[in-house]
Amino acid sequence: MLASLPGVTYAADPEFTIQLREHRFTPSEIKVPAGTKVKLVIDNQDSTPEEFDSFALNREKIVFANSKAIVFIGPLKPGRYEFIGEFNQESAKGAVVAE
Amino acid sequence: MFAATLIVFRESLEAALVIGIVAAATRPIAGRGWWIALGAAAGVAGSVGVAAVAGSISQLAGGSGQEFFTAIVLALAVAMLAWHNIWMASHGRHMAAQARDLGQSLVRGDVALTAIVTAIALTVLREGSETVLFLVGIASSAHSSRSALAVGSLLGLAAGGGAGVLIYAGLVRVPVKRLFVVTGWLILLLAAGMAGQFARVLIQADVLPALASPLWDTSSWMPEDSAVGTLLHALMGYTAQPSATQVLFYFTALGLILVAMRRAQTKPAA
Repeated sequence: MLASLPGVTYAADPEFTIQLREHRFTPSEIKVPAGTKVKLVIDNQDSTPEEFDSFALNREKIVFANSKAIVFIGPLKPGRYEFIGEFNQESAKGAVVAE
Repeated sequence: MFAATLIVFRESLEAALVIGIVAAATRPIAGRGWWIALGAAAGVAGSVGVAAVAGSISQLAGGSGQEFFTAIVLALAVAMLAWHNIWMASHGRHMAAQARDLGQSLVRGDVALTAIVTAIALTVLREGSETVLFLVGIASSAHSSRSALAVGSLLGLAAGGGAGVLIYAGLVRVPVKRLFVVTGWLILLLAAGMAGQFARVLIQADVLPALASPLWDTSSWMPEDSAVGTLLHALMGYTAQPSATQVLFYFTALGLILVAMRRAQTKPAA
């Protein structure tokens, strides 16, 4: 039922994937277009869960071990938006750069 | 270890504040301590259960299952807090008078109790399931500092609980005549904050549009991860860079509950 809700169609939004391995994001800096909604896919290849967390993007989502999570962001103004993996914040750091 | 303390503290803070505030708000109701404990226990049990199936939940609705689940939990919690406040608006004055006359003796308040027990359980469930996942992550990792992380987590839980005890201790000093007015406003702000979070998760799932985002940016003078920012976030849903939709939901919930409270107040209590 939920899948048929009007908002849950992502076909047109540009999509970007960030990998998480050994508690590090690759790429750690990802360029996205400004002024449009963007679909971020966080691909956690670690065997522990992580929380994708960004105050600048106003987003927070658990990414389970060995699985992918989707987070919609934007439309963003041009600029740099930092994010962290809250559960491993010494190493899991990255940024979205909108331009 | 410090990171673990901070994570668990953040997750437990909102639930502890909700418990502290509603414990004060229901002070004159007979047997309310047991009910609050029941709500918290149900929330903890639910957290473990949800954490166990969270991986499957998150795969639902095209990968946005987590957001839908959180949105449902938040919506129910807002409804319960609103229900409590509306009930208190029509019975609170009578209850305060009775409590004062009988020297803190206990009165019946089944409706208010049902609402707050459910609200507590839902809040603990939402914050608790994330904590459980974090702790399971620690336990299953081959971390050399596992025990330090466990101690750190316990400290975080104690600090969060301490904040709940502090707000309760502060509120019980308020004279009973004013207590329900103060707790009513605090619960109203908690509910509005949850309504704002409801919008945020549905924007994250691409169900709602963000509209202007951010509507404002106060992150330079009140960062959300500062001590005061964290407290304001837990107490009244403070967000440094909110979207317009989030702000709209916040104030719509605030306004609707307030109007319903005023209407209930003018009607004589049944």
